[in-house]
Amino acid sequence: MNVWIAIGVTALGCYAVKLAGLLVPAGVLERPLVRRLAALLPVALLAALTAQQTFADGRVLVLDARAVGLAAAAVALLLRAPFLVVVAVAVLVTAGVRAMGG
Amino acid sequence: MRDALGVGVAVGLSGVAFGVTSAGSGLSVVQSCALSLLVFTGASQFALVGALAAGGGPVTAAAGAFFLGVRNAFYGVRLGQLLALSRLVRPFAAHWVIDETTAVALAQPTRRGVRIGFVVTGASLFVLWNLTTLLGALGAEAMGDTEVWGLDAAGPAVFLALLAPMVKSAVERAVAGVAVLLGLGLLPVLPAGVPVLVAALAAPVVLWVAGRRGSGEGGR
Repeated sequence: MNVWIAIGVTALGCYAVKLAGLLVPAGVLERPLVRRLAALLPVALLAALTAQQTFADGRVLVLDARAVGLAAAAVALLLRAPFLVVVAVAVLVTAGVRAMGG
Repeated sequence: MRDALGVGVAVGLSGVAFGVTSAGSGLSVVQSCALSLLVFTGASQFALVGALAAGGGPVTAAAGAFFLGVRNAFYGVRLGQLLALSRLVRPFAAHWVIDETTAVALAQPTRRGVRIGFVVTGASLFVLWNLTTLLGALGAEAMGDTEVWGLDAAGPAVFLALLAPMVKSAVERAVAGVAVLLGLGLLPVLPAGVPVLVAALAAPVVLWVAGRRGSGEGGR
């Protein structure tokens, strides 16, 4: 049930901000400070999410196969690999390290 | 037109990654598909299932997903000016206001091109994203333990791939660094899902510090 509540709230919220962009007068969201903040918000969230999902096991921080997989993904990104390749590299390397008992 | 289809197909296929991650996070196939149909903005979907898997409450998890979706409002402002839609069409067009449709539409030279780019990218992406979510979720259920296959690394790899092109200047690097420290440092202390929301404060804090420094150096 909790999952459905989360899905409902997220769907409504995300649709509302999409629609708001099309409906509100441009001036409100075009202020430089608001634009800067809106551009930096996803940077902060994505960085925190990447770190947590790499190093967190519940509420404990751990260093396991995922860290190796993500390091490999970072290398793939530096080599300008396409999106799906980056994700595949992370998955395969993580699985490989686990298979070797890491 | 070809750009639009290319983006739609390439990104649409990554719905597999979402379906797999979502099922691996403990969501049912129906729940995974509902997210792709109704939320239809990838980063928010990944964030939501990640937060739920970590034991976050529904509202906390949804808040993180919502804040990631806020950038779509700013896309809407640009698209709204270029698409020049009637009031009746806007509520329908809104669902497709996302990273990819905006990128393709804004790259077109004419209003006709903008409209075609938006519709073709939106339609191809919407159809494929939902189909591949279904396939990924079904596939993950068939696989059983997704961790053996390393699929729990798909979520953070998606975030990293989305983040990389956004981090260009020193301010962006500082925001990312502070957010990582807050996100990891507060993890053992605060309830699940909350540290990410606190980490979002890195954006205004760094902007404020950078602003003070900038005005100090400029002698204003």
